[in-house]
Amino acid sequence: MPGQTDDIVIRVHQLVNRFGAQTVHDHVDLEVRRGEVMGIVGGSGTGKSVLLRTIIGLQHPAAGSIEVLGHDVLRSGDAERQQLDQHFGVLFQDGALFSSLTVAQNIEVPLREHCPMPETLMNEIAATKVGIVGLPGDAGQKFPAQLSGGMRKRAGLARALALDPEILFLDEPTAGLDPIAAAAFDRLIGDLKASLGLTVVMATHDLDTLFAICDRVAVLVDKKVRVGTLAQHLQDPHPWIQAYFHGPRGRAAQAGETIAADASSSARAAPPVLS
Amino acid sequence: MSPTATFVAAPDQDGLVLRAEGDWLLASAAELDRRLRALDLPSGRQVTLDLGGIERLDTAGAWLLKRTDDELAARGNAVGLTNVRANLAPLLDQVWTHAAGAVLPHPVPPHHTLTGFVARIGEVTLRLLRRAYSIIGFGGLVAETFAKLLRHPRRLRLPALFAQMEQAGVNAMPIVGLLSFLIGVVFAYQGADQLRRFGAEIYTVNLLGIAILRELGVLLTAIIIAGRSGSAFTAQIGTMQVNEEIDALRTLGLDPVEVLVVPRILGLALTLPLLAVYADFMGLLGGCLMSWASLGILIPTFLDQLRSAIGEWTFWVGIVKAPFFAGIIALVGCYEGFNVERSADSVGRLTTQSVVEAIFLVILADAAFSILFSLLHI
Repeated sequence: MPGQTDDIVIRVHQLVNRFGAQTVHDHVDLEVRRGEVMGIVGGSGTGKSVLLRTIIGLQHPAAGSIEVLGHDVLRSGDAERQQLDQHFGVLFQDGALFSSLTVAQNIEVPLREHCPMPETLMNEIAATKVGIVGLPGDAGQKFPAQLSGGMRKRAGLARALALDPEILFLDEPTAGLDPIAAAAFDRLIGDLKASLGLTVVMATHDLDTLFAICDRVAVLVDKKVRVGTLAQHLQDPHPWIQAYFHGPRGRAAQAGETIAADASSSARAAPPVLS
Repeated sequence: MSPTATFVAAPDQDGLVLRAEGDWLLASAAELDRRLRALDLPSGRQVTLDLGGIERLDTAGAWLLKRTDDELAARGNAVGLTNVRANLAPLLDQVWTHAAGAVLPHPVPPHHTLTGFVARIGEVTLRLLRRAYSIIGFGGLVAETFAKLLRHPRRLRLPALFAQMEQAGVNAMPIVGLLSFLIGVVFAYQGADQLRRFGAEIYTVNLLGIAILRELGVLLTAIIIAGRSGSAFTAQIGTMQVNEEIDALRTLGLDPVEVLVVPRILGLALTLPLLAVYADFMGLLGGCLMSWASLGILIPTFLDQLRSAIGEWTFWVGIVKAPFFAGIIALVGCYEGFNVERSADSVGRLTTQSVVEAIFLVILADAAFSILFSLLHI
C-alpha cells in the first residue's frame, strides 16, 4: 500500500459491539500508526477490554470492519488468521500463563508451534526473552504459581514477545503492581518499543502510564472514541474527559511527568527495576 | 535475501572478519544456527563482526550475534562490531545487556527406577493415610457445625438448602429415572433368558424386586449423584477458593462450613432417599414392562408375584442406606473443594479425585451395610 496508508497498522471502521440490548460501541473509528503507543482509556464498563479483544479477534462485533496490517481480521480464513496471529503479541491482565508449564516453556509454546528449530536454540531464545523483560535468569525454570504478580506480568510479556511481533496488545499492564514496579514496567515497555520497533495498543486506567509512554490516547466516552494526543485531550471540554485528566490523580500524574522528564535521561539508562 | 554468515580474511594484517548478511529473523534462526555452529571458529585472533549487510534483525537474530560474539571471546579472540546501522543499535543494546549468561535446562521429571517405584508406593500409602485422617477431621468439623445448628436452628440457611435440593434432586430426576428404567429392562431381559431354561420365568419378578429394591436402585442413584453433584460441589467450592471467596467469607465473619457445606450435605441427605425411591419405582416399571413384553407376564400377575417375593424390610434396607451415601458424597465433594490450591489445574484434578473417592467410599459402605444386615438377619 502506498503513501500514507502504509503507516496505519490497525484500522477500525464503524465498529459496533452489543451485548443483548446494551450497545457498548456505537460506530467507533480508530486508527493506530506504526511505531506509536496508543492508550485506550474510559470509565469502567465503557468497553476498553472489549475493544481490545475485538481488534485481536477474540470477540466478534455486531457490525464494522477491522483491518490489521492490511488484513481484514473478521473475514480472513484460518490460514490467513494464523499468519496474522504471529504478528500479534498479547499480554492478558494477569499474564494468563499456562500454569502447568514453566516460564521458559510458556515462552517456547509459540516458538514450538510456528518456528521449527533445535531445542537448544529454542532454550537460548527463551532465556534471552526472560532477560529482556528484566526477569532474573532462574525465573525461566519457575512455574507461574511461584512468581509474584509483577513477575507474572513480565513473564506474560516475554511470551507475548516470543515471536517478535510487530504489534503488542496490553490489557491493563500495570494494574495490581506497586507504583515502583508499575513505573519500571512502563519504562520497560518504552524501551522495548524503541529497541524492537513495536506498535503498542494498551487498555489502561493508569494515568502515570498514559503520561509516561503513550503517544496518543483513545478515550471511550458516550459509546464513541475520541483520539488525540494528551495535550489535545487536556483541552477537550467533555465533562468526563475533564474530570479524568484534571482530577486530583490526573494533576498528580502530569506533575510527576514534568519531574520525570527532567530526570529521564538518567532513568532510561538505568536497568529495569525488578519487581 | 537469504541470511548468511561467512568468514573472510580481513584486508589488514592477521585479523578476520565475520560478515553477517540478509534477514536475521526468527524465521531463519534455525538455518543460521546450523551455519554458525558449522563455522570453524578461530582462537586468539582479532575478529570483527561486520553487520553492514544485515537487512532486518529481531531478538532471535540479535541473540545469535551475541552468542557468536561470546563464543569468539571465550576462545581468546578480541571481538569487535562494525558497520552497525543506527536503527539496529537499540535492539543490539537491549540483547547485549539483558541476554542470559547461561541457559538453564528445563526441570526434568525424575527417572522411574525400582527404588523409585517402591518409594512411590510408600509415598502414596502415606498420602492416603494422611488424607483419610484429614477427611475424618473435616467430618468432625462438619459434625460440630451441625451440633451448633441444632442449638440455633434459625441459623440454617433455608434458601441455600432448597436451592441445593433443587439442583441435586429435582434436576437429577430425568437422568436417574431414565437409567433406572433401562437397568430394570436389562435385568428383566437377562433374568428371563436364564430362568426360562428351568421353566421358572415367573421368578424374574423376584430377582428384579430383590435386586432393585435392596441394592441397585440406591447404589445406581448414589453413583449418578456422585458424578453429578459431588463433582459440582468440588468445582464450586474450588473455584471460590481460587477467587479467594472463601477467605472473604471468613473475614466477613461467616463460617464457610456453615454457609457452604451444611446446606449441601443436608440437601443431599434429604434428596438422595427420595431419588432412591423414585429410582426403585422406575427400575421396577422398566422390569415390569420388559416382563410383559418378553415373558407375557401381565401387570397384575407381576404385582402379585412382587408382593409375595419381597419381605417387609426389603424396601427399607435399600432406602436406609441413601442418607449415608449422600453424606459420604457431599462430605468428600466439599472436602476436596476446600483442598483446591490457587490454580485452574488443581480444580480439575481434585474434581476428578472427588468423584472417584466418593464412588469408592459409597461401594465400600454398601459392602459394610451388607455385612451388617446379614448379621442382623434382615
